Amino acid sequence: MTANEWLMILGMMGVTFGIRYFLLALADRIRMPSPVEVSLQYIPPAVLIAITLPAVILPHGEWHFSFTNPYLVAAVIAAGCGLLTKNLLATIACGLAAFFAYQILLSS
Amino acid sequence: MSTRKQEFLAGARNTFPLLLGAFPFGLIYGALAVTSGLSVGAAMAMSAFVFAGSAQFIAVGLVAAHAPVLIIILTTLIVNLRHMLYSATLLPYLKKLPQTWRIPLAFGLTDETFAVAIHRFRKNDSSRFKHWYQFGSSLAMYLNWQLWCFLGLVLGDRIPDASGWGLDVAMPITFIGMLIPFVKNIPTVVCVLTAGAVSLLTLGMPYKLGIIVAAFMGILAGFITEQTGKKIQVEIQV
Repeated sequence: MTANEWLMILGMMGVTFGIRYFLLALADRIRMPSPVEVSLQYIPPAVLIAITLPAVILPHGEWHFSFTNPYLVAAVIAAGCGLLTKNLLATIACGLAAFFAYQILLSS
Repeated sequence: MSTRKQEFLAGARNTFPLLLGAFPFGLIYGALAVTSGLSVGAAMAMSAFVFAGSAQFIAVGLVAAHAPVLIIILTTLIVNLRHMLYSATLLPYLKKLPQTWRIPLAFGLTDETFAVAIHRFRKNDSSRFKHWYQFGSSLAMYLNWQLWCFLGLVLGDRIPDASGWGLDVAMPITFIGMLIPFVKNIPTVVCVLTAGAVSLLTLGMPYKLGIIVAAFMGILAGFITEQTGKKIQVEIQV
């Protein structure tokens, strides 16, 4: 490993850990105003959808909103499966199976 | 009353489906790292010390593009900013723990572990060891991630065009699975629709900053819907 690689990894570790730890480090000294506390429950769904939607609609960086986009089709099937089964493993298995099956279907 | 061991094992067990989702992701990371020019040692050290899938991906891409180290570190900072929202959410549950606990829990605070652990913390029981549940989840994620990254690195140059197989679909699929349990009332639906729409409108923003903007708009929309709902309820009752 080169010095430059070490520098990069230590820097990345520093910022990543810093972001994750900062608020927790000060946890006993932070008092959240109640609207903020109420809003915390919306963090997980908001972040998850904001990562997921662009990843399936623009899988390769370009807009691809159509039936020929296996990422989008698999995502819709996974979501349907998740809503029906409420089971995480089934949702993931279903989405992955749909993706690969659909890709084979498209290429044949 | 749950013991430490029971909580730990339950956390690891309930993370299992997400381990499956992380496996293709780790494999591609390893394969991409090999072709980026990063040494095997550095690619493994990044998984071991940084432990942040999406940031590692982007970093490897930047290494391949010969980006300066400072840019890579700054990009990591921005891509991982969302984790500060996670620690804010966990704050009420972890604030009584000593720093010796908060440090490892913060280090292992990935999207996956957060999504699993927050359900445990919110469950209304008197277990004093819920942090062991989070610890079990993050340790399972950690070991799983190291394993698949390593295999990706070893197999990366032997599997032709591993990154072209579409294995990257595992990430959004896993995230959809994690998302669904949170969507259980009208304010969260509004939150998801808003954050989703804004995420598409802010694609032009550099360094994936759009994720943060979209998240904040979604949170705000959820909050406003909730408050409006309360007001309407009060008016009906009056």
